[in-house]
Amino acid sequence: MSRVVLALLVGLAVIAAGIALAVVRVNPYFYFAAYVILQYVVIATAWNILGGYAGYVNFGTPAFFAMGAYTAVFLIRSVKPPLAVLILAGGLVAALLGLGIGYLTLRLRGTFFSIATLALSVVLQTIIINWEYVGGSRGLSVLRPSGPPFGNYVVFLFTVMLALAVIAVMTARFIERSWVGRGLAALRDNEEAAECMGVPTLKLKLFATTVSGFLLGVAGAPFPYYVTFVEPNSAFALDYAVNALAMPMIGGTTSWVGPVIGAVLLGTAQQLATVTISSELNLLIVGVVLVGFVVVAPEGILGLIRRLRTR
Amino acid sequence: MFSWDLLANAVVAGLLLGGFYAAVSLGISLIFGLLDIANIAQPAFVILGSYAAYVLHEGYGMDPILTGVLFTPVFYLIGALVYRVYYASFERRGDEALRGLVFFFGVLFIIEVSLSLKYGVDYRLVQTGYLSRSIELGGVGVAFRYLVPCVVGVAMTAGLYLFLGRTFYGRAIMAVSQDQAALRLMGADPIHIKTIAFGVGIAAASLAGALLISIAPVIPSTDRDYIGRMFAITVLGGMGSIGGTLVAAVILGVVESLMATFFGPSWSLAVSFGILLAALAVRPAGLFGR
Amino acid sequence: MAGALLEIDGLTKRFGGFLALNQVSIAVKPGERFGLIGPNGSGKTTLINCVSGSLPTDGGRILFEGRDITSMPAHRRTRLGIVRSFQIPKPFRSMTVLDNLGIPFENAARARGDDAADTREILRAIGLETKAHVKPAGLTQIEMRKLELARAMAARPKLLISDEAMAGLSHAEVDDILAILFQLNAQGITIIMIEHIMRAVMRFSQRIVVLDAGERIAEGTPDEIVRNPAVEKAYLGE
Repeated sequence: MSRVVLALLVGLAVIAAGIALAVVRVNPYFYFAAYVILQYVVIATAWNILGGYAGYVNFGTPAFFAMGAYTAVFLIRSVKPPLAVLILAGGLVAALLGLGIGYLTLRLRGTFFSIATLALSVVLQTIIINWEYVGGSRGLSVLRPSGPPFGNYVVFLFTVMLALAVIAVMTARFIERSWVGRGLAALRDNEEAAECMGVPTLKLKLFATTVSGFLLGVAGAPFPYYVTFVEPNSAFALDYAVNALAMPMIGGTTSWVGPVIGAVLLGTAQQLATVTISSELNLLIVGVVLVGFVVVAPEGILGLIRRLRTR
Repeated sequence: MFSWDLLANAVVAGLLLGGFYAAVSLGISLIFGLLDIANIAQPAFVILGSYAAYVLHEGYGMDPILTGVLFTPVFYLIGALVYRVYYASFERRGDEALRGLVFFFGVLFIIEVSLSLKYGVDYRLVQTGYLSRSIELGGVGVAFRYLVPCVVGVAMTAGLYLFLGRTFYGRAIMAVSQDQAALRLMGADPIHIKTIAFGVGIAAASLAGALLISIAPVIPSTDRDYIGRMFAITVLGGMGSIGGTLVAAVILGVVESLMATFFGPSWSLAVSFGILLAALAVRPAGLFGR
Repeated sequence: MAGALLEIDGLTKRFGGFLALNQVSIAVKPGERFGLIGPNGSGKTTLINCVSGSLPTDGGRILFEGRDITSMPAHRRTRLGIVRSFQIPKPFRSMTVLDNLGIPFENAARARGDDAADTREILRAIGLETKAHVKPAGLTQIEMRKLELARAMAARPKLLISDEAMAGLSHAEVDDILAILFQLNAQGITIIMIEHIMRAVMRFSQRIVVLDAGERIAEGTPDEIVRNPAVEKAYLGE
């Protein structure tokens, strides 16, 4: 059985397990928490396609996520299309954003791309705050569609996000094992040498930014239906910026497995922590852990496991 | 709704703002422009300076600029320490691209969230007697609140310019930015020189932060407003050009002021971002770049 | 020159106010062993960077097999068959030696429809087959240099530019690398050698061009170059 088919079957099995969980109702809080964790699986995986595979750091994750969310808000308010359309549209808008920023800055050093993404979130948030149609700074209430599968919209969103997570991970894995992934690794290791060895570095970088942006937008598109009240501070939350970095860094950036490990570990820890400590202290701890890992264990958990195995 | 009066006021306000922006950007101009270290945590250090000025003003009535100056050695030491960690963890291993950036982001994040935890999200401002006054210059009202930071900013720029051009360590820093090998041959240790440069850059943040909180209210997330400005100014002015920093800062200040006056204040951040992208796309070497 | 493989026509390159290359013209014949020498700072590596596409030019043209490639991006030039090695080796650190070769094989050779390169065979020919699954961190100096050359070979070059591949190597190691280059040339690959090690350049080259301060000051056979007073002056000063 070819590896691709095997991977597809595993993915389908995971989705089937999710559907089973949706049908067999467990503690309602589970679906809320699992949604957030799965959302982070998508976010961390998306970030890693550009950050881990290509070596280009995106500090503006909130901008892309919010682009997905606000595209959805705009469409919900105007046309009210089905969820699948919202997701696709959110992804496409965020992908265009990634392509645009990439095109403007990727011909220069990676540092400038990173700086541009850092400034991007603030600017986009300003634009959204000034846009009354999507709620401006006051925010907008969104009504969930009636008659959802499984009888409960949050349970439904849980299965949707699970499917998106499977798609994101499979996309990352597919890229990683293809000539694109190998080319990205070469340009991450030494961009000048990669270019001189025939790797079309600019095209690959733009590809990575676009795909990464697309997946981030996809993660954000169901957000309005999840929270039912969308306002800039939550869509552009700092949590997304730091977690998008911390989860792949802690899990390990060189493969698709790392972001999943990081998202599940860190996401679960944060869900457990929100009931005991303030959200700010929670963020502070994430920040400290991030710096700790970057300084001491830059290869993340995957790297540590690898080192232990070769002992 | 246009009037020459409005225009004159906007331009003057912009010029004054520019002087202040120069103060804020000097640290990055040194650290990123000359040393090529993408210290994105710089704005957080500026905010840290703001809060230091605030705390000492609330507690002891100390003048903010005095606080800014007094804290300079403390910030210098912090900067030296941060650089040493950065060097040992990343620069030495050749890892600075990805991991160094993430490290600085982590520092930015930790500073901002810590301030948030300690002081909350209320806006803080420092108001002193002399800062509340204003004078008339050629028919345009000039508030001391803007004039003093501008003057200090220009003075800081001049001071840094002289430091880099006339002192041994300053020239060593210029040398390190151009050719580390040559510096080694001269008998100076590039790491030591870079530590000093980084320390000076962070020290500048102390005073810049004090100026910031004299001009406008500050909350922990204000640092993110300045990231775009700092880097836009450094890129536009030309990497490594201190004089260029001042010119670019004034340009940014005037453009922001005009935009704010005629189109509303919420677009000022878009201005710096737009200038940053435009500079990167059209002329990454900047106006006076090497 | 008619039938030239590589033709550099009036190439000029500035860095700010500094003129690194001034109207340099060079023609390299197919199958030739071509040497490029000159004192430090004469512009040799800048010239190579312009030819490989790593640097944009400020004037002049570069023609490869009669085709103007002056504004072509570097990776496309590599696919056409212009391959360079780096003076300071730039291996892909996260990959094994074998995978390092896989990159040019996949991106340059195969893109041209050239599946013939066998990366293992290249490693065997160059003496690195025992290190196939080692990462660059585990290689010695000369092994790194060999990896640079092996990587270039995996791209199936028509023109190989070897940038100071022998600097800092021992006498025996220099001979080792030299033998590999002779072998490659015998297979039909045109080679431009940039070197400071005179005995290597003199033995290897059929024709030599000398650069000094960004200008071409001499051209000829090794014997002619050795006897050229302008060359002596460039290296030793007045």
